[in-house]
Amino acid sequence: MAIEVRIPTILRSYTGGAKVVEGTGDTLGDLLTDLDARHAGLKARLVTDAGALHRFVNVYVNDEDVRFLGALDAKLNDGDSVTILPAVAGGAFGFAAAAAIAQHGAAAAAARGASVAAR
Amino acid sequence: MLSIDRSIVDAIVAHARRDHPDEACGVVAGPAGSDLPTRHIPMENAARSMTFYEFDSMEQLRVWREMDDRDEEPVVIYHSHTATEAYPSRTDISFAGEPNAHYLLVSTREPDTEEIRSFRIVDGVVTEEPVRILDAGVDPHAVQSYMFGQSPATVDYECSGR
Repeated sequence: MAIEVRIPTILRSYTGGAKVVEGTGDTLGDLLTDLDARHAGLKARLVTDAGALHRFVNVYVNDEDVRFLGALDAKLNDGDSVTILPAVAGGAFGFAAAAAIAQHGAAAAAARGASVAAR
Repeated sequence: MLSIDRSIVDAIVAHARRDHPDEACGVVAGPAGSDLPTRHIPMENAARSMTFYEFDSMEQLRVWREMDDRDEEPVVIYHSHTATEAYPSRTDISFAGEPNAHYLLVSTREPDTEEIRSFRIVDGVVTEEPVRILDAGVDPHAVQSYMFGQSPATVDYECSGR
């Protein structure tokens, strides 16, 4: 099962400069583990020590933000296209405040995901 | 050094003023490898905050794909600080994920003048750079440089020698 993964400039040092790589996995988490076997260090840039998707990246499956698809548990199918982009964010506020906002955002996204699942 | 057309700077400043006191953000795309910002794309601040900005992830995907299709890259990523100086915050540095981009900051804390400064942010290291404003409509050889955050009221003119 091959899934195409588009790599942003900042992470191409892990893929020998390649913009697109291929991997396999039933979920996004599995795919990243598979990619890390050939591109060591890539997964650590995308997944926190606590096992959550990093705040500094956006990951999409086809045209959907994976935060709305279960994040690392998002299901993948043969022929899917995964796109990784650096999240663009910042601002005058300190980082602790930004992290709090991010957590609030993640909670809101989880709530949205739950309401989608409930439908 | 960031070289950028005056009409684009004017559009960025207008965007920052329009969204003030919320932070405004956007991109200026240019041909890949050219280091020349040519296409201004104002982005929505999904955080709608006076102290934080965040691209909407779906809008970003659309814009980044469009750049890819046109063989462009984000040459400039800009945002405004509305009550503080135009210098990258720790949050800005943590998030900076485009090593080839010029990070342009506009401060709108003063009602009459804007502070415009540009930075490279690579691996958490911030390096300020001069901003060279090109007056294409007037004379392609005439430039006005905003050196290290001088406000537009205090810039010096550089002459082309003619």
